Amino acid sequence: MNGTLPQVATVWEWLADVPDPEIPVLSVVDLGIVRDVAWCGDGAERELRLTITPTYSGCPATAVIEHDIRAALRAHGVERVTLAVALAPPWTTDWISAAGHAKLREYGIAPPARGRPVLCPRCTSADVGEISRFGSTPCKALYRCNSCLEPFDYFKCH
Amino acid sequence: MNEPAPAGDGALFEFVVRLGDNALVLGQRLSEWTGHGPVLEEDLALTNVALDLIGQARLWLQYAAEAEGRGRSEDDLAYFRDAHQFRNVLLVEQLNGDYARTTVRQFLFDVWHRELLKALAASRDSRISAIAQKAAREVEYHLQRSADWVIRLGDGTEESHARTQRALDELWPFTGELFRSDAVDAEMLQRGAGCEFEALRAPWHHRVLAVCTEATLVVPSDGWMQSGGKAGRHGEHFSYLLAEMQSVRRSIPGERW
Repeated sequence: MNGTLPQVATVWEWLADVPDPEIPVLSVVDLGIVRDVAWCGDGAERELRLTITPTYSGCPATAVIEHDIRAALRAHGVERVTLAVALAPPWTTDWISAAGHAKLREYGIAPPARGRPVLCPRCTSADVGEISRFGSTPCKALYRCNSCLEPFDYFKCH
Repeated sequence: MNEPAPAGDGALFEFVVRLGDNALVLGQRLSEWTGHGPVLEEDLALTNVALDLIGQARLWLQYAAEAEGRGRSEDDLAYFRDAHQFRNVLLVEQLNGDYARTTVRQFLFDVWHRELLKALAASRDSRISAIAQKAAREVEYHLQRSADWVIRLGDGTEESHARTQRALDELWPFTGELFRSDAVDAEMLQRGAGCEFEALRAPWHHRVLAVCTEATLVVPSDGWMQSGGKAGRHGEHFSYLLAEMQSVRRSIPGERW
């Protein structure tokens, strides 16, 4: 690309608009999938190097996420992009941002509650029960609220 | 048919292929349940556990292919090897049978898998360590679920108890192989990249005993133990599993979609 290169902070802002394909209310930044953004090389060799980490080993969304990130950067004029995958330290739900937690709740998914009770995302009751250890995606379990009687997805601790 | 000697790191390739094959073969067996689970929740659970295992298999087989350095890919390893070239332990290839058998197989494997991955997380080989740390978190959840089910079925009805005990008795001879080491394991251990398989036995047995006791099941005593999977000697059902897994890829080699 020509002219001045966008600042790394600007790239982070762009990435904050790339939704997760399975939980589109969260961005790849909210999820903690993007670990690092940096410019590498000199002159014409200058390229953007992104380090990302998969959520679950077998998550089918991983390939889509890589594609979406490249497409978003291309839309902003960044063509030379290297995506490096870092497995360690392993991704856990602790990488999900506080903003991500709030967005999940608003969307009707109970955010991961490590060491805390799971709360119904609709009525905030703690009187809930697990229906199924796995839900609509590998990262979620199925719960039911005994107060408002609504079933809901719980983003399980990982 | 003799395979040419690997151009790269032979011991590393062999060691990592075994890890990949365990995950791949059990993932394939579990996926046979897709659409046939006893209840919807279990159908989802088995499919998701299978998905985790296939994901882990990809990570291991990608690394094995790189270690080998002969230009093969993870897909080549999964789809273009024959039965005698697979290195999984015999336990994971055992038939699904009834739900008790699938559950007991999963439980015996999960306990071992968790101990193995914990040990490999300390590997001096940073790639092995990273994959092991990643997989261990997933396997922790698999184990919670399979242990729950062993207790529910073992301490359930007379029928479910009898079936679970029978599954435990029938699968027990396949657990001895989990703790055996050979020259490849010894070399990897010596490099600080592998682990001491015999050392996994005590924590494995401790957990198996605790869960089985709660499930009112009797843990069999060790007798004759089957082995050979790590050296490529598999049971008669294994070729059928491979046929189902490999037939599409082999009928249209190189096809992309």
